[in-house]
Amino acid sequence: MEEKPKSKLNLNRVEMPRQNPQVRAHNYNEVALGYTGEMAMQEATRCIQCPKRPCVAGCPVNVDIPEFIKAVREDNMEEAVKILKSKNALPGICGRVCPQETQCEQVCSLGKKGAPIAIGRLERYVADWDLGHKKQAASTELPKSTGKKIAVIGSGPAGLTCAADLARLGHKVTVFEALHTAGGVLMYGIPEFRLPKKIVQSEVDYVKSLGVDVQLDSVMGKLATVDDLLGSGYDAIFLGTGAGLPMFLDIPGENLNGVYSANEFLTRVNLMKAYLFPEYDTPIKIGKKVAVIGGGNVAMDSARCALRLGADQVYIVYRRSHAEMPARHEEAENAEEEGIIFKFLTNPKQIIGDDKGWVKAMECNEMELGEPDASGRRRPVVKAGSEFTMDVDIVVVALGTTPNPLIPSTTKGLDVTKRGTVVADEQSGKTVKDRVWAGGDVVTGAATVISAMGAGKRAAVAIHAYLMGS
Amino acid sequence: MFKIVAKEKLTPLIHYLRVKAPAISQKAKAGQFVIIRVDEVGERIPLTLADWDAKEETITLVAMEVGTSSKKLGLLKAGDSIANLVGPLGLPSDIERFGTVVCVGGGVGIAPIYPVARALKHEGNKIISIIGARNKDLLFWEDRMKSVSDELIVTTDDGSYARKGLVTEPLKEVLQREKIDRVIAIGPAIMMKFCSLTTKPFNVPTIVSLNSIMVDGTGMCGCCRISVGGVTKFACVDGPDFDGHQVDWNIVFDRQKVYLEEEKQSLERWEACQCGKS
Repeated sequence: MEEKPKSKLNLNRVEMPRQNPQVRAHNYNEVALGYTGEMAMQEATRCIQCPKRPCVAGCPVNVDIPEFIKAVREDNMEEAVKILKSKNALPGICGRVCPQETQCEQVCSLGKKGAPIAIGRLERYVADWDLGHKKQAASTELPKSTGKKIAVIGSGPAGLTCAADLARLGHKVTVFEALHTAGGVLMYGIPEFRLPKKIVQSEVDYVKSLGVDVQLDSVMGKLATVDDLLGSGYDAIFLGTGAGLPMFLDIPGENLNGVYSANEFLTRVNLMKAYLFPEYDTPIKIGKKVAVIGGGNVAMDSARCALRLGADQVYIVYRRSHAEMPARHEEAENAEEEGIIFKFLTNPKQIIGDDKGWVKAMECNEMELGEPDASGRRRPVVKAGSEFTMDVDIVVVALGTTPNPLIPSTTKGLDVTKRGTVVADEQSGKTVKDRVWAGGDVVTGAATVISAMGAGKRAAVAIHAYLMGS
Repeated sequence: MFKIVAKEKLTPLIHYLRVKAPAISQKAKAGQFVIIRVDEVGERIPLTLADWDAKEETITLVAMEVGTSSKKLGLLKAGDSIANLVGPLGLPSDIERFGTVVCVGGGVGIAPIYPVARALKHEGNKIISIIGARNKDLLFWEDRMKSVSDELIVTTDDGSYARKGLVTEPLKEVLQREKIDRVIAIGPAIMMKFCSLTTKPFNVPTIVSLNSIMVDGTGMCGCCRISVGGVTKFACVDGPDFDGHQVDWNIVFDRQKVYLEEEKQSLERWEACQCGKS
């Protein structure tokens, strides 16, 4: 092939190879395959290293993006890793699940003329290179111990980031996790084919290599309260307990056999590895016709898991239209390519059971879009007389989650909203309770991995300032 | 890893395990449960606490062999370890001075009713206990129950020991005989349903402990949901104790059966593997 002469401004990004949709719909291997060294170099070369660096401000954890891309371009991978990890302890995870298109990439200078730099893909490339070269330990220089002890509750993205940053500042950090594996939603929620669990565990191992102690099987609020911890030698506490409580539709038939919350469905598949049943003991009902209710990333993940488990037909049932779907464009596209059927402007009215208590159908209404509501999206309204019935045998409810009340209900002096979120200062994460900070979904309600990491990071700065008396 | 410090068979299929769990043993209260995962490929299963000892830093579990996980648990010996143990979960039972309380324990449910009866006795209640099993060989802890009860009635379904019949019969007689302030029933769902039906005409508050299928046990998945008084509740965080008169028992029975086929498949596969090993 003849190579084109390099233009000064290359407006097309290098595509990342992906598994064929027909093939990947039947396996749990990663969908996106990552750049090769050559691709990464080519993409990195597109960066114009503009002096304004809007991408850095667009990143919730302020990664020095132009610098790490420059290092990739110069084939100095160790330097690229160092730059990336100095701001982001979980780059392999972020490179895969961050919504870059609405953050760093959205503000990229190149985006005004063509495709922005594929920052997420390059981040993933650098992180994967690092894992492949086992250099994690070498890039870690730990300062002298400050003698301060911090308890982090929850080992999801907020907790891990906060723990890593505090450890790098010389504090002794213990992370308490309720489940038997660290990682929170990264382990129980996001499926293997989007975020391989070995990547998560490698990055958890990196956090541990900074001296962070991770205590599994520890349900705080039950095993010990926040006040117990404060009274037993911890100088500060960070709450990163996420939004783990599932919401249901509150329609008839919701307790029938075959109705799952997305949390249960995904936890069985991802954390408990039900897709490997019976080698793993945890079962899951596969279903022939599966309806997933909701239009977010969790709905896409549930639908794509159901398909991979072997369902014949999988529907996404969403009450608004395509344009209002909160899922990442890329994930909705992946789902569609794999054969998920989208039923827009459709809202379940009741779930119908057979005489043995199992789901056999779902009655729905057609909807139409009315005036915009408080969220700015057009409010869906029921079309009169539009009832129709879908034959389904599994229903997965993916309507969102709210924070688990376990900590708020056992901690005196926290300010909790009606939605169950903990009130904390937006910048510092400080709650109204002395020596207690909070961040991530427990404060904002269900949001993104990177925004939780940003909150963990800002809280670490605030906790450090408090502990060091400045 | 959580080390088993003592293990014995209470009946051919019911195992007693004392497990080192320092933190849980300090916080445990009657009526609470733990979730265990026997090994790295295991399921997470709930077990209601049968006892605990803060000084010895152990908790006591009593488990009946039913499926793969409980059979795996049955094979472990003192000195072996359980991969994961989480707790204490759920709300503790209400322990107050009610007056006269009937504590009903059926089958493996005798184990979790024991600490509840003990706590209520300690609080100054008069305790009438009724424990039952299918036959003499399946009965255990008669002595323990006796030690915390003012009166103990024992039944076996087949009459091979003590009184012949179901626990609901002496329960009804006691309700007819004297004023009862509260009934607590722990055992198979069908037993708890019929205890609730028995006490209903007497209008005696009746508490049952629901052992639904669970995954995380902290309110995250909703797998254990049931309907109480027409409202959906999660057994793991809203319970496990509920008003037996308000529970929709059909949902309890249906939801227990969700994975019957898979449980059978898993067990057959595991048993075939065990044969290969010996």
